[in-house]
Amino acid sequence: MTYWDKEKECISRKLLEDLQLRRLKETVYRVYAFVPAYKEKFDAAGVKPDDINSLEDIRKLPFTIKSDLRNNYPFNLFAVPMSEVVRIHSSSGTTGKPTVVGYTRKDLDTWSELMARALTSAGADRYSVIQNAYGYGLFTGGLGVHYGAEKLGASVIPSSGGNTKRQVMLMQDFGTTVLTCTPSYALFMAEVMEEMGITPADLKLKAGIFGAEPWSEDMRTKIEDSLKIKAFDIYGLSEIIGPGVAIECDAKNGLHIAEDHFLVEIIDPITEEVLPYGTPGELVITTLTKEALPMIRYRTRDLTTLDIVPCECGRTHVRMQKVLGRSDDMVIIRGVNIFPSMVESVLLRIKGVSPYYLLVVDRKGNLDFLEVQVEVSEEIFSDEVRRLEELGALITKELESALGIAVKVRLVEPKSIARSEGKATRVIDKRKI
Amino acid sequence: MAKQISVFLENKAGRLSNVTRVLGDAQINIRALSIADTSDFGILRIIVSDPVKAYKILKEAGFTVSETQVIAVQIPDSPGGLASVLEHMADENLNIEYLYAFLGTTENDALVIFKVEDIEKAEAAFKKKEIKFLDENQLYRL
Repeated sequence: MTYWDKEKECISRKLLEDLQLRRLKETVYRVYAFVPAYKEKFDAAGVKPDDINSLEDIRKLPFTIKSDLRNNYPFNLFAVPMSEVVRIHSSSGTTGKPTVVGYTRKDLDTWSELMARALTSAGADRYSVIQNAYGYGLFTGGLGVHYGAEKLGASVIPSSGGNTKRQVMLMQDFGTTVLTCTPSYALFMAEVMEEMGITPADLKLKAGIFGAEPWSEDMRTKIEDSLKIKAFDIYGLSEIIGPGVAIECDAKNGLHIAEDHFLVEIIDPITEEVLPYGTPGELVITTLTKEALPMIRYRTRDLTTLDIVPCECGRTHVRMQKVLGRSDDMVIIRGVNIFPSMVESVLLRIKGVSPYYLLVVDRKGNLDFLEVQVEVSEEIFSDEVRRLEELGALITKELESALGIAVKVRLVEPKSIARSEGKATRVIDKRKI
Repeated sequence: MAKQISVFLENKAGRLSNVTRVLGDAQINIRALSIADTSDFGILRIIVSDPVKAYKILKEAGFTVSETQVIAVQIPDSPGGLASVLEHMADENLNIEYLYAFLGTTENDALVIFKVEDIEKAEAAFKKKEIKFLDENQLYRL
C-alpha cells in the first residue's frame, strides 16, 4: 500500500482527535476575532470560543449555509486581509450571486497536499501522466487537481474541458495513464473514442479520478468497462477547499475524508440533529486549517453516510459513502424524493440503454409529472413500433418500481440530450411553484 | 431479399425534412417510404437507391439507423391482386410485421414491400406459387 503522507493518513484515532480539537479551537478563536459575520452568529447563539473544550462541543456552534456566503459577497467571510489572499475562485452563480472563496499561500499548499494524497490513493505517482480535463478557471476542479498533480511529481497535461477529439488524441499521443474529469465527461470521451475507432488497447490509461457530480455504482461499472480502467470517486466542494476533501482507496468502499483538515458530522437535514455513524444524512464540514476562508459547520447539501470501521487499506480516516445526491439536485414529486442517480442506476441495468437521460418535472393542474427522456441507441433501435414500445414499457416499469411513482418515458434521438464537458444537467424543473 | 433503411425519428418539427435533405445532398434517391408513428416517436422506413451509402451518411449525421431485410413483391396491378398474395401468405402461416406500397411500378405490376417474421420461408412460399419478387439489384435500380 502506498500513501502520500502515511503519518497523517494512518494516524491513530486518539492522536487524530487531539489534533482536531487543537485545530478546532484555534479556528473558532480566529473566526470569532476576525470575521464579524461569525461573531454575530456566535453571539446570537450565546456561544463563546471558550465554550469549545471537546469535539462534541462543536454542536453548540451555529451552522453555515450557502446563503451566508452570498450574503457576505464577495469577501466578507475572509478571515485574513486581502494582502494574504493569493487566489480567488468562484462558483458560476447560475442560481443567484456566485459564491466566492479565497486561499492564502498556506491554503494552496494544504490543497495541493490533499490532492497529492488523493492521486496517490488512486494509484498515481511521479511516473504518471495525468490528463486533467476538469475545467480550468474560476471552477476549483481544474487548478485544484493541477497543483496536486504537480506536487506529486506526475507529468500534468492541463487539457481542461472540451474539444473531446483532441482530448482523445492527447491521451493516445502523450500516453496518458490517469484521467481526471467529471464522470459524465469520461463516458462521453469513451463514446467519442469509439466513434474515432480508438479502443482502450490503443491507450495507456489505467485509472480515472472522477468527481464534481454524484454518480452511481452502475455508472462506475460502465466507465470501467468502456475505458478498461479503475475509476475512483473524489469528493470536494469549493466552499471547503475544492477537490481533495475525500478520496476512494483501492477498497472502493467509501471515500476517506482528510480528517486532519476537516471535522465532519452527519445531520438530519430537516431537524438539524446530529446523527450517529452509519445513519444517512447531510454532510456537515468544519475546516480545521483553512486560513483565508474558514468554514464552521458548513452544510454541504450532500447526502451520505459515515463509516468509522477500519478500512483494509490502513488509512484511519472516516469514510463517507458515495454521495447519493445533492439535496439541491433532489426533486420532490408527489412527496417522493427522487435523485437523478437513482434513474441512472435503473437505466444502466437495462441492456443497450445509454446513460444519457434527462428528468423533466412539470405540473399539470395540481399534479406533478415526471418525464424521463432516454436516448435510443442503435443497439436498442428496432424498425418495429411494437419492439420500441415494449422497450419503453420495460424502462417505465423498472423506473416506477425503483422510484415508487408514475413515470412517463420518452424515447428521444441520440445526441439530443446535451453532452456535458463539465457537470451534467440531469433535471429540468418546469414547475412554477 | 432487399435492404430497407429504418430511421428513428422523434416527434419534432423538421426531423423528417432533415433526413430527406441528408439523403438528397448525397444524391440518394428514395424509392419507397413509409412511416410508423406513435404519439412520441416515429420510425421512417425507406427503400433507397444505395442503402449502404444511405446507412453510412445517416449514421454520420447522428441518426439512429438500422438495416432491415424485407421482400419486394411484384403483384399484378389489377383488382384482387394484393388479396390473392395475402391469402396465400395466410395459408402458408406467414406472419407479416408490416407492409407498404412502392412508389413506382414495373410494367404491369405493383410493388409491395413486406417485412415478415421468417424471410426465407416467405421466399420459398412465393416461389411455390410463382409470385415474383425482386432481387436487390433490380430493386435499387428502379
